[in-house]
Amino acid sequence: CTKKLDLTPTNDITADEVYKTPLGYKQALAKVYGAFALTGNTGGTGTPDISPEIISDEGNSDFLRLYWNLQELTTDEAAWTWPNDAGIQGLKEMSWSSDNAIVKGVYYRSMFQIAIANDFIRQSTPDKVSGRGITGNDAADIKKYHAEARFIRAYQYWVLMDLYANPPFADENTTIAVTVPDQIKRADLFKYIETELKAIEPDMAAPKANEYPRADQGAVWALLSRLYLNAKVYTGTERFTDAITYCNKIIGAGYTLNPKYRNLTVADNNLNTDENIFMIAYDAKYTQNWGGTTYLAHGPVGVPAATSGTSGSWTGLRHTQQFVALFPDPSGATDVRAQFYTPGQILEMKELYKQTDGYSSSKYRNLTHDGKPAPNADPNGNWADIDFPIFRLGEVYLTYAEAVLRNGTGGDATTALTYINALRKRAWDNKAGGEITAAQLNLNFILDERGRELYYEAQRRTDLVRFGKFTTDTYLWAWKGGAAAGKSVNDKYNVFPIPSIDLTSNPHLTQNTGY
Amino acid sequence: RVTDESGNPLSGVTISIKGKNIAVVTDAKGNYAIPAAADDELIFTYIGFAKVEQKASNANLNVKLATDKQNLNEVVIVGYGTTRKKDLTGSVSTVTAKDFQKGQISTPEQMIAGKVAGVSVISNSGQPGAGSTIRIRGGSSVNASNDPLFVVDGVPLENSSISGASNPLSFINSNDIESFTVLKDASAAAIYGTRAANGVILITTKKGVGGRLKVNFTTNNSLSTAANKVDVLSADEFRTVVNAKGTATQKAALGTANTNWQDEIYQTAFSTDNNISISGGIKKLPYRLSIGYLNQSGILKTDNLQRTSATLRINPSFFDDHLKVDLNLKGSFQNTRFANTAAIGSAVTFDPSQPIYSTIKDGRYGGYWEYRDPTSPTGLSPLAGRNPVGLLNQRIDKSNPMRGIGNLQLDYKFHFLPDLHANMNLGYDVVDGKGTVFVSDSAASDYAAGGTGGQNNKYRQTQKNTVFDFYLNYSKDIPSIKSHVDAMAGYSYVDYLTKVYNYASYNAAGVKYPNSDPAFPYNEPEHSLVSFFGRVNYSYADKYLLTGTLRRDGSSRFGPLNKWAMFPSVAFAWKIKNEQFLMTNNTLSDLKLRIGYGITGQQDGIDNYAFLAAYGLSSSNASYPFGSTYYQMYRPGAYNPAIKWEQTATSNIALDYGFLNNRITGSIDLYYKKTSDLLVKVPQPAGSNFAAYFLANIGDMTNKGVEFSVNAQIVKTKDFTWDAGFNIAYNKNKITNLSVIPGTPATDIPTGGIAGGKGGYAQVFAVGYPRNTFNLYQQVYDSVGKPLENVVVDVNKDGIINEKDLVKSKSSNPDVFMGFTTNFTYKKWNAGFVLRSSIGNYVYNNIASNNGNRNQILGNPVLYNASRSYLDTKFVGSNIDLLSDYFMQNASFLRMDNFTVGYNAGAIFNKKANLRLNAGVQNVFVITKYTGIDPEISSGIDNNMYPRPRIFTLGGAIDF
Repeated sequence: CTKKLDLTPTNDITADEVYKTPLGYKQALAKVYGAFALTGNTGGTGTPDISPEIISDEGNSDFLRLYWNLQELTTDEAAWTWPNDAGIQGLKEMSWSSDNAIVKGVYYRSMFQIAIANDFIRQSTPDKVSGRGITGNDAADIKKYHAEARFIRAYQYWVLMDLYANPPFADENTTIAVTVPDQIKRADLFKYIETELKAIEPDMAAPKANEYPRADQGAVWALLSRLYLNAKVYTGTERFTDAITYCNKIIGAGYTLNPKYRNLTVADNNLNTDENIFMIAYDAKYTQNWGGTTYLAHGPVGVPAATSGTSGSWTGLRHTQQFVALFPDPSGATDVRAQFYTPGQILEMKELYKQTDGYSSSKYRNLTHDGKPAPNADPNGNWADIDFPIFRLGEVYLTYAEAVLRNGTGGDATTALTYINALRKRAWDNKAGGEITAAQLNLNFILDERGRELYYEAQRRTDLVRFGKFTTDTYLWAWKGGAAAGKSVNDKYNVFPIPSIDLTSNPHLTQNTGY
Repeated sequence: RVTDESGNPLSGVTISIKGKNIAVVTDAKGNYAIPAAADDELIFTYIGFAKVEQKASNANLNVKLATDKQNLNEVVIVGYGTTRKKDLTGSVSTVTAKDFQKGQISTPEQMIAGKVAGVSVISNSGQPGAGSTIRIRGGSSVNASNDPLFVVDGVPLENSSISGASNPLSFINSNDIESFTVLKDASAAAIYGTRAANGVILITTKKGVGGRLKVNFTTNNSLSTAANKVDVLSADEFRTVVNAKGTATQKAALGTANTNWQDEIYQTAFSTDNNISISGGIKKLPYRLSIGYLNQSGILKTDNLQRTSATLRINPSFFDDHLKVDLNLKGSFQNTRFANTAAIGSAVTFDPSQPIYSTIKDGRYGGYWEYRDPTSPTGLSPLAGRNPVGLLNQRIDKSNPMRGIGNLQLDYKFHFLPDLHANMNLGYDVVDGKGTVFVSDSAASDYAAGGTGGQNNKYRQTQKNTVFDFYLNYSKDIPSIKSHVDAMAGYSYVDYLTKVYNYASYNAAGVKYPNSDPAFPYNEPEHSLVSFFGRVNYSYADKYLLTGTLRRDGSSRFGPLNKWAMFPSVAFAWKIKNEQFLMTNNTLSDLKLRIGYGITGQQDGIDNYAFLAAYGLSSSNASYPFGSTYYQMYRPGAYNPAIKWEQTATSNIALDYGFLNNRITGSIDLYYKKTSDLLVKVPQPAGSNFAAYFLANIGDMTNKGVEFSVNAQIVKTKDFTWDAGFNIAYNKNKITNLSVIPGTPATDIPTGGIAGGKGGYAQVFAVGYPRNTFNLYQQVYDSVGKPLENVVVDVNKDGIINEKDLVKSKSSNPDVFMGFTTNFTYKKWNAGFVLRSSIGNYVYNNIASNNGNRNQILGNPVLYNASRSYLDTKFVGSNIDLLSDYFMQNASFLRMDNFTVGYNAGAIFNKKANLRLNAGVQNVFVITKYTGIDPEISSGIDNNMYPRPRIFTLGGAIDF
């Protein structure tokens, strides 16, 4: 009877069973990407990726909602009304600790996606693939998947480098449940990401040539341009010329601005193949979760269901008055990017946790560009269909202009002004009036323009850090540092702490300075 | 004069005259005097001695009473065999039918609540059939199970829930139970090896005793009422707050009704429990057959449990008693409607100024008043609460699970060697749990835009558990060396196979919701155990007893590295009373010292395949697109190839005593339990596994304690007796190590999830503290003791309040708990009560912390009612209050579990039958300082518990 002690699960299967067929590879690749969009293996909630000890509410545990919160709630762009939601307290006030749930959440979500990618990379080496009898076009496809998994891993390492500076490092050589990862220094991680991206570039599909929303060379270049734009923050060395090089590659590959800004964040924005470079895809029928763009469409206070294309507002997100002041007027009548929702709201954020204080936003709308429900729309208005741009051409134009202004070579001021004015013209609904002159194009303008163009696209914190305005008193916004008028804070807050729980489980880690 | 066999005088012996109403008691010298005629029959009774009837033939009638062999030879069931109670070396407590808790009890474990020192039984809720949290000596695990192993007539039960039943033990009819035996220490429990670390509870059911046909009919009929409700603002108080502080819109949203929502959802519920049993012997075939029918309604409207149970036991002997056969079949069907317990929380917070039914007659939401928002696709405010009465009435959650437990036990005494027995036990436990949830199309809780919502979903789970045991037992008296040897060796195989069916979701009309198909039609988790075990008992001169046990267990739950483990125990007992120097002491009638040590294991409460690397497929609604195709995703699961048994080493030293011919008996036990290789869900170094937290054998924990029990027959006369029993246990639990990396500081592991916001924890597992220690901000108070809103102690003085300022303080585990039982009989009347008390247990009042502030009323898109604690604190509802230790309260309590009165009417129907009547109240009162609805919450987090009802019962029993 002792043979009866060797029991195996009914439905869960081993690696050799998963990776037996090309379809199995694709379903495993789906997890490498799907770890961006979903919270677990069950629609809605049920089988979370991230242990509840990190984030007890699964709906808060997807990549975008967590990452967006760290990148936006810490800045002038956004505040959240509900202080008792885990991890909210301390973000706007800039008093987070190494136990903050959202600080932990992004870290473990990114490391989870890296672990998933590592597993896929291990299983998709040419040896493994041929050893499983997969050849020809199938093997060629898997070679692309392999490169894409490395891209996803590089992107997540960029996220970790940007937020936590010195994360642990695990790759395909890390043995599961055995190897304890080493810590990698920020500058070394920069080099690793740069090397990886250049190494995979030839194996990636040409720009716009891959299945949507898989990554292609355009995504690789876009990440490189963002990496180089911020290189000084990460390594102390400027790399603006390299940033321009990769902006030029993207622009030369035929991306163009979508004619209508409003269409960038609607339910059928997957159709914007002109401007989209790399997207996280969401679908109300197939990618059900409570984070992602479901959060971005429901989150803003007060927006009527008919406008947001959802079942209604979760009465959470508002802007500070300083952010609203970046726009010529909040109505959207001049600069259409001012997607503010004002009824019932006051401009000034007198109280941080009060839903009526601060304007709200209707940027993310779960309706198609012509105001209809998406093909797979949820009749009850819970789940969103809006895809989220990780990279789009608008950012690349701004990166080009900034790198030129910061004395990078390979570009020129005239072209930079052309790109900026292309964005400005679209912002003025393709009417005249928004264009600026060469004299107006300076770095402060760039930061403000990034705020306007990329708002609520999870970029604000990185930009403020690069401009030295995140922790200092050179730019104050409501509730920065926990004061209604805003105040500067210790510069340690330019990076987040390594979560204390990982310090207690991994002896190779050292906490970031100041925490 | 009355003496014992050796001529010592017996005082307190009752002498009565048969058929007359006269009785006397012997004095200290054993003398007595009674006015009796020569042909009167005198009856001599005394506890611990056999009854003697003798004619009053002599004016000086001297009687010798013999010790009651029946009593002293009382046999106790231990694992794989029995032993005489007086020969026990381990810590074993037995509770028999006469000592059970009385009243309306639909789940058997409740019958021993407060009856055994060191055994805490806390019902999980007031729902009919609800289960209990049982902790023996504090529990010995963190993330694995802390529940004891239940063995019913030799069939060990799987420690898991059953679909469609609130509690797996509720299938066992409490009326069929003869006794509970609790194996508390390692030397008693180690024979159950891997699953004994939390103690073992052996349930023995009644059997046939042969002889003439006996019929017993009992009935209990009861009314349950809500003993207590959550304190919330009245509609007028609520209107006052809104009118004073609300916006114009909020004031306009107020209604004019005065609805006490809690009154609307609770009811006085009727229950009836009827049992009939017949027993006797057909020729040499003893049998017992019983049939029970329970119909219990809950105090939450629509809640109802019906149970029909049948048991048959046949226990014949063959070949001159050489072969004993024991066939035991139990079957039970339930028919349940579960009330929607979401109504409990909703009734606490729903707007009291609104009516139950809406005046808008548009046919929506079943006519119930709901928070509406005309701009939303469903017409309802998103994320708002739903009408509690609607929640109850529009959800029909019905199940009809069944369970069958049975076994066939063969015990053969070898013809050529009668000292040797072979025993074989074949058992099964089959479960079929299934039900449906129907939610009306118009119900607000599941309303769909366009009106095709609701639910019509089924669920089903089956279990097939099998048991095979075989052992040989050799028992031999060796008078030449005054020794007795009893040796046993055996083999056991148990297999637990569960099948969980997965179904798509359907709307009320029976149309499948798009894309709701599960990834797999079913899952069949299974685990098995193979064991070899042995035990040797050796006694010398009936004074010195030595027991040794050894068990080797193999488990399917562990990988090749750690599949097998060994669990030894040894115990020694010294019957001091049998020594020469105490033989003649008449005050001290029993004294025994017991010392034991042993190792037990734990593998329950963890995943079946945690050691295996495997991939799981996502459901279709969690897919990712490539091109126009959506792919279900393969996710690698976290695993730990080195996972193994948790083990607990227990030392126990105890004294059993008896005074005055065992009119007073009891025990005192001291124990020390150390659990090592604790199965804990610990953080994995990020990037090193596929989950942030996973099970590993990390950590140590100790439980130290003292248990004391005393049972006394305080008064014993012919007409009046008074018995009392008291037990008290002190337990100190402490986690002593949780370091993931040996030698480095450990991380605190969050536990005790609370409501309010999106997920938080109020407790931690932390080194140096008991399990479930509260981890909260320290509230600062003003000069008159009122809590200051948003002001808590900045513990690390860094000028900011964040998670670093949380302070570990009290725990939800009690320091001390006690039980007191007493019974009086006066002629044909009897009365009794049971008191239970717990000291030092703390509870976090999550209802007050979450609802006791002004933002609860005014800070949401719709108006909600608040807990009355708002009137004390006037908290607006700022960020830090939720985790303030203001809401952690001392929940020590004294509860009267029941008070019963009985009347033995005696013979009726021409003495053909005997009638007894009883009446009682359960949950009579609770004395506590805790401000919430009930202080007895095993998790320590009070959040909308189904209240325990107060129950009034009338019942009767007829035997003929």
